[in-house]
Amino acid sequence: MIKTFPYGGTHPPDNKLTADGKIVYPPLPSSVSIPLLQHAGIPAISVVTKGDKVLTGQLIAKAGGFISANIHSSVSGVVTKIDKVTDSSGYKQESIIIEVTGDEWKDTIDRDPAIRREIILSGEEILNRCLESGIVGLGGAAFPTHVKLKVPAGKKCDLLIINGVECEPYLTSDHRMMLEKGEEIITGILIMMKALNVSRAMIGIENNKPDTIEHLGKLCKEISEITVHPLKVKYPQGGEKQLIKALINREVPSGGLPIDVGVVVQNAGTAFAVYEAVQKNKPLIERVVTITGKSLASPSNYMVRIGTLVSDLIKAAGGLPENTGKIINGGPMMGKAVTTADVPVVKATSGIVILKKEESLRRPVGPCIRCGKCNTVCALKLEPYLLMALTRKDLTERAETERITDCCECGSCSYICPAARPLLDYIRLGKSQVLQMKRERTLEKNKA
Amino acid sequence: MSSTVLMTIISLTLLGLLSSVILYFIAQKFQVFEDPRIDEIQAILPAANCGGCGFAGCRNFAEALVKADTMDGLNCPVGGSGTMTAAARILGKEPVPADPMVAVLLCNGTPGNRPRTSKYDGASDCRITHNLYAGETDCAFGCVSHGDCVKVCSFDAMYMDNRTGLPVIIDEKCVACGLCVKACPRKIIELRKKAKKDRKLYVACANKDKGGPARRACKVACIACNKCLNVCEFGAIKIENNLAYIDALKCTFCRKCVSVCPTESILELNFPPPKAKAEVREATVNA
Repeated sequence: MIKTFPYGGTHPPDNKLTADGKIVYPPLPSSVSIPLLQHAGIPAISVVTKGDKVLTGQLIAKAGGFISANIHSSVSGVVTKIDKVTDSSGYKQESIIIEVTGDEWKDTIDRDPAIRREIILSGEEILNRCLESGIVGLGGAAFPTHVKLKVPAGKKCDLLIINGVECEPYLTSDHRMMLEKGEEIITGILIMMKALNVSRAMIGIENNKPDTIEHLGKLCKEISEITVHPLKVKYPQGGEKQLIKALINREVPSGGLPIDVGVVVQNAGTAFAVYEAVQKNKPLIERVVTITGKSLASPSNYMVRIGTLVSDLIKAAGGLPENTGKIINGGPMMGKAVTTADVPVVKATSGIVILKKEESLRRPVGPCIRCGKCNTVCALKLEPYLLMALTRKDLTERAETERITDCCECGSCSYICPAARPLLDYIRLGKSQVLQMKRERTLEKNKA
Repeated sequence: MSSTVLMTIISLTLLGLLSSVILYFIAQKFQVFEDPRIDEIQAILPAANCGGCGFAGCRNFAEALVKADTMDGLNCPVGGSGTMTAAARILGKEPVPADPMVAVLLCNGTPGNRPRTSKYDGASDCRITHNLYAGETDCAFGCVSHGDCVKVCSFDAMYMDNRTGLPVIIDEKCVACGLCVKACPRKIIELRKKAKKDRKLYVACANKDKGGPARRACKVACIACNKCLNVCEFGAIKIENNLAYIDALKCTFCRKCVSVCPTESILELNFPPPKAKAEVREATVNA
């Protein structure tokens, strides 16, 4: 029987319009703006000043702490200014703006397309290389990879899971990567296994991508440590906890991390980035972004330099259609609409979805009739209607005991609600309040 | 038959007497003394339970008053000086006068001043919008216009002006309890000292961006040009985080800063119009 996670889940329409579209390299933009905060954690600190000439792959911002990541120039050119620019967060963020003059790469980067299979570096060196190259998780949360690949003291890791699920509708960037860069990804997985010192890796792929399952299965035939597992299509299978449950039936405890059950989950795109960093010494300066939408003239998968403006990509994909209602950064379920198309692509941008006016409007909100649909779809066994009510009434402590911080913000509850209640909006708010309360609590404890 | 009734009456009476004696001694032993002045003070407090004094409710505030050595720092903003003097009389303490305060909104981002750059169709809640993005305009510091402050006001002292999209504070009703200050996720409501005839003079802007971006986002944004700082003779103005602030305790309402402000971000409210003033002066001269 094909595996999946046992509770909850929804089936939003797939809409994978670009599943057959090869990865295209768009022309270089005329300028890029690279935000200093593209990852989870502390912003990076700029090491360039206005007027500096930079090469492609050159370090322009250093990690600001342990949970932070280096940032490299994705083009060669001149730093025109360091200013606050609106990015996909909706707020202005400190960014480095570089005017592109050409594409001159740093000479330490190996640009030979031939695949290098043998792994020379030791585990420690691999971690250092990930840190230097600014590798972060490319699935969406952008958690620094060097932190994730370092098993904390007292914890044990026996399995690496590669997330090739891509359960978000519309997005196909991981799908195309696995299909076109399969061998590199397999090498990347072996590198990560060496860093983690584990002897087993599993790749989870939903069975709406049979070509990928077949392709990677063929590549892994020789390698007994890596196995490919088809999964039944169900949203949100790409969430770490759901994927672990589906593949090996282990349950991550409330408030815990996958490492608590001996697992590390990495995205397939991250495996490719790790391969390039370790084998080719290439920092994370480009990623695959799906530009899609039913009204778009030519939706495609692009290999995009970090910092390219979304408006440039839309232009490359046939221009912004006239009746556009929303431009969504990310997928339609978890993504966030942007206020302007002039936001830069960052390390965590996996796709840009353009919705027509009639698709993008929210339905009118009705009263909750306690039908319980939100409870049945929640993959984490939470009660979304209750969490929303608690947040509205500012009952933050009660919300904490109801495990509000376990919510992975997949949006299934808001999607399924027949009264179109803004469940996830309130749960996100409640989550931030609970986290704030926890921070204050630790501050008080430290004082006392 | 009659003896049964008699026995019942006697035994129950005895039992009752015995219990009352036991209860009397227990009540003596475990008596909790409560100052009768707490009840007295609670009776004169407004019973709004708004939390403006910093305590959970009026009863807690009354307890704190009775316990405290001086009345310094204890003030019921709703009752004002009248209530506090009455409470001081009950307690036999010296009343400490506190300045009456009023809430003001540090934003003047009307649709005319602040062009809309996006449309928000999510839940109507200021905190959600604030967590989500800068708001419907480019100003990431100004009012997001969902009226969380109006929803929490228990004195009907606020309403949402649909024309400007900003909350309006009714000076006569505002008791400066501070509920709206706490509710605002952008922290743009301030409690200021109430002046004569409800006059107000303050910088109605909270934008901490530099001059250029602030001005592009809103016509009446403070651009921290320092003009008001230089013109003020009383040292009432300071500039921090690209934002001017007028200290209500030092300001003498000379209004020189208003005339030099290039973006009109300093608001003067409830002042008589200058023309009328000239007429009044003429009238007195003629008389």
